[in-house]
Amino acid sequence: MSANAVYLLLVAVLFSAGVYLVLDRSLTRVLLGVLLVSNGINVLVLSVSGPAGGPPLYGTTPVEEMSDPLPQALILTAIVITLGVASFFLALTYRSWALDEREDVRDDVEDVRLAALRHDEDARSGSDPDDYGDDPQAGGDR
Amino acid sequence: MIAVLLPLPVLVPLLGAGLALVLGRRPRGQRVVSLASLTVALAAAVSLVVLVDRDGPESLEVGRWAPGVGISLVADRLSVLMLVVSATVLLGVLVYAVGEGVTDGDRSGTPVSIFHPTYLVLAAGVANAFLAGDLFNLYVGFEVLLAASYVLLTLGGTAARVQAGITYVVVSLISSFLFLVGIALVYAVTGTLNMAQVSLRMAEVPADVQVVVHLVLLLAFGIKAAVFPLSAWLPDSYPTAAAPVTAVFAGLLTKVGVYAVVRTETLLFTEDSQRTLLLVAAVATMVVGALGAIAQSDIKRLLSFTLVSHIGYMVFGVGLGSEQGLAGALYYVGHHILIQTALFLVVGLVERRAGSTSLLRLGGLATTAPALAVLFFVPAMNLGGIPPLSGFLGKAVLLQAGVADGGPLAWTAVAGAALTSLLTLYAVAKVWGKAFWRPLDAVPPADPGADAGDGAPRTGSSAARTATVLTDVADSDAGSTRVTTAPRAAETLPASRSMWGATIGLVAVTLGLTVFAGPLTALTATAAADLVRPSVYVTAVLVEGEAGLSGGEVGLPPEPGTPGARTAP
Repeated sequence: MSANAVYLLLVAVLFSAGVYLVLDRSLTRVLLGVLLVSNGINVLVLSVSGPAGGPPLYGTTPVEEMSDPLPQALILTAIVITLGVASFFLALTYRSWALDEREDVRDDVEDVRLAALRHDEDARSGSDPDDYGDDPQAGGDR
Repeated sequence: MIAVLLPLPVLVPLLGAGLALVLGRRPRGQRVVSLASLTVALAAAVSLVVLVDRDGPESLEVGRWAPGVGISLVADRLSVLMLVVSATVLLGVLVYAVGEGVTDGDRSGTPVSIFHPTYLVLAAGVANAFLAGDLFNLYVGFEVLLAASYVLLTLGGTAARVQAGITYVVVSLISSFLFLVGIALVYAVTGTLNMAQVSLRMAEVPADVQVVVHLVLLLAFGIKAAVFPLSAWLPDSYPTAAAPVTAVFAGLLTKVGVYAVVRTETLLFTEDSQRTLLLVAAVATMVVGALGAIAQSDIKRLLSFTLVSHIGYMVFGVGLGSEQGLAGALYYVGHHILIQTALFLVVGLVERRAGSTSLLRLGGLATTAPALAVLFFVPAMNLGGIPPLSGFLGKAVLLQAGVADGGPLAWTAVAGAALTSLLTLYAVAKVWGKAFWRPLDAVPPADPGADAGDGAPRTGSSAARTATVLTDVADSDAGSTRVTTAPRAAETLPASRSMWGATIGLVAVTLGLTVFAGPLTALTATAAADLVRPSVYVTAVLVEGEAGLSGGEVGLPPEPGTPGARTAP
């Protein structure tokens, strides 16, 4: 199979930009990253369908010259799904902002509690050992 | 007959969801619709089990397209087993949820009108994922159930749930993207997405390409199934949801991922084997999950960690790759879906009874609520693997399969599984000792500064909960002052009869797994025998599917040279 280099380059650019944005703390940027990655995947699916041909309508194009219609159907489905999920994610982001005027990824509650606990422990020794969280290594970086 | 039965578990809940949406303003009508459609789905699943176990795998080409072109639904023994267990759990949890909704009214802030349609869509998505005969339909099934789960997880839109929902949505999106990339790669190398055809054609693909495609798919399913190190999202997102929602998620959603892993390993990639990777991941999942569970002080979080931990047992069975290993894994999947759901429902009842799920606050439940104590004790011991309960039987089959394998990695996994069983027992024994067994006056007085309840301490709803828990403790603690300003409402909510009924029913079903272990293990053994011989599945879809089509306009599966196959290398 011969792959189209321009498509693959486009996929690479969309993926890397998308991944960069997804790693951001701001939810709007995360959403933009998600949209970029999803478009990258759509182009990838398009590129695996092989070289472009005529419209896949019986009688208008000889069978050998038809485009492969299946990936296009897959892409349409994927676009619809992404649209739905993206709008839900926007609603979540808005709700998060409406609740306390923040739209970024919070520090993990458990991590914050753990840090506070450690701080307390320094002050007064002998805290309940059952009160520990699950991953002491994770800082407030999530 | 089969053509009518096969689509029912998907179609009936979907139609019911539409109907429930129309009946949005009539809660009673909604309840009738969703109970009826899930009952029909369960009945269809049971009859499918009977039919498929008698006649072998059945397939249906929707719209009478030729196999490989249209959407195909396939019911083999694995699919129908998963279907019947999931339908049972979905119906049980729905009864519980209806009971909770009735007693809560509107005060819980849950928009009841949206619950029923979403729940039915979730049921349809789960059924579609189990019945999907091609990869893209599997993806659609995943997306349908995920979209529904986003809504259910964030019901009510409190700060804690929105925060958990954001984590959950982003992680799920990324796993779906990986799955989609995997689908694109499979299509690129085989020119088809029909799983039976992929199974045939994957053998001709170069080995190094197979490894790449295989790993992408395993990564995607590993996130969905919460296999360590891809499991960190689960304990952060599940416990904040409403009790019935957590119960159904814990029971079903990760198992759909496990199901996909089983299909990938046994059907799609028969040549390429990632057994080492799977076994290592299995041991890590079991041990890390169990250690995480021990460290928790909130029952819901603790159970979420045991959920992660026990996914490792199933991956262990799949990783062994032997017929016995798969049979053990299948029995364990069924056992674990039911047991985990039952436990979360019991915890929901505990939360209503005592107003908290924190082990630092609870105490004395064995004397104040003996029925609840029994309901918790039985499935908890089952989870810990105490003979003769089904958890022990499932683990015994898996350990036997591991010993039969005999390799150093398999022995490590056996040791890890035994250790995990003990750690799980310790974790649930801790819950029993603190929440149920310890006398009420041994509960330490509440310290508002070191609140270990669930959710963000500073948000409104959690603050209210902390306050109620405080009153709870203050009431029981004779010498302390009463907190008069705190709301007393959430302290002890009555649990309705249907909540009790659903929980007792599910616990009874888990006991049934033990009583009927003989026929059930026979069934899982046949299912596993089918799985190690992918030709059974392939024949059912491609040959019998073809024969089952009547009429003359039947096309052949795409030969090399037709559009569907022309991208094959």
